[in-house]
Amino acid sequence: MNSLAETWVYLSASPLFHLTLTLAAFQAASFVFEKGGRNPLLNPVLGAVALVVAVLVLTGTDYGTYFQGAQFVHFLLGPATVALAIPLYRQWHRVRESALAIIASMLSGSLAAIVTAVGVLWLTGSSSALLASIAPKSVTAPVAMAIAEELGGLPSLTAVLVIVSGIFGAMFGPMLLNLVGVKDWRARGLAIGTASHGIGTARALQVNETAGAFSGLAMGLNAMATALLLPVLWGLFF
Amino acid sequence: MIGYLTLILLCQLCGEVAVGALGLPVPGPVLGMAFLFAFLLIRGQVPDDLSTTADGLLRNMSLLFVPAGTGVIMHVKLLSDALVPLSLAVAISTSAAIVVTALMMRLLSKETPDE
Repeated sequence: MNSLAETWVYLSASPLFHLTLTLAAFQAASFVFEKGGRNPLLNPVLGAVALVVAVLVLTGTDYGTYFQGAQFVHFLLGPATVALAIPLYRQWHRVRESALAIIASMLSGSLAAIVTAVGVLWLTGSSSALLASIAPKSVTAPVAMAIAEELGGLPSLTAVLVIVSGIFGAMFGPMLLNLVGVKDWRARGLAIGTASHGIGTARALQVNETAGAFSGLAMGLNAMATALLLPVLWGLFF
Repeated sequence: MIGYLTLILLCQLCGEVAVGALGLPVPGPVLGMAFLFAFLLIRGQVPDDLSTTADGLLRNMSLLFVPAGTGVIMHVKLLSDALVPLSLAVAISTSAAIVVTALMMRLLSKETPDE
């Protein structure tokens, strides 16, 4: 018993355990997703996060300790974002021929995201710090956090709302797009990337390369547009 | 393979440095994507080894969001206090953004057959 406890102390202090936990949880969640006929409700990111959170709560581990191991996975987000240049390059001729339509659609979607998110919280009487935290929530996390800070929100809460928006879009986006009858992969990818940044893009890439390329493009454009326009808009109303 | 991984990291590094030095409103990796894209435009094609390296990253991109998503445990109190309005706001706003973007794109662009 004593040696088991010692082993646990050793393991929980080394990054190996939480790195392995992250990969194992994702494997398990992906297995369930595949077995469940790729039902969007079984989204693997959501499933893996739930599993990891359960293990951390049961073992009384704080997030900082977990992140020492998980940071090796987290780090790869940067290179993966850079790698999105490749699907974008392969689709470049299709991006160029509808450049104006792409920018106008992305801007409309970006504005719709901001106005509805802030509107719902305003109608339910939330604090201005909450309004500022949710306003940039459709943009990739590092940009969204910087904007939230500038507007007087809570950057770490924004990070959570960004992730939840990403998972929500990855889960229900395809269903919504079927509902409104949009079949064009360019429009579908653009919509998911504008609303659900990298998490939506990751899902889009698994379905169709055109959708993935347009989603990655929308993610980058929306990050730039929101960072430039939201602080100006905010100044007009608050 | 290692050569192209180096290229990807180099693009990200240049992105981070440029964003920091010029105070640009985009994250370093997004600018890094633009740099790699410029490299591909000049090169005129995607080298096979770069494609292999990048596909490995992109195929498993969902996994990379798990550590950040787990950060939700730091905000349990705040989130449970405002659970209903925050859930409503995220659901309505994300749906609105998806539907508006897709419908605008359909309205503004000519349908082209998928390849």
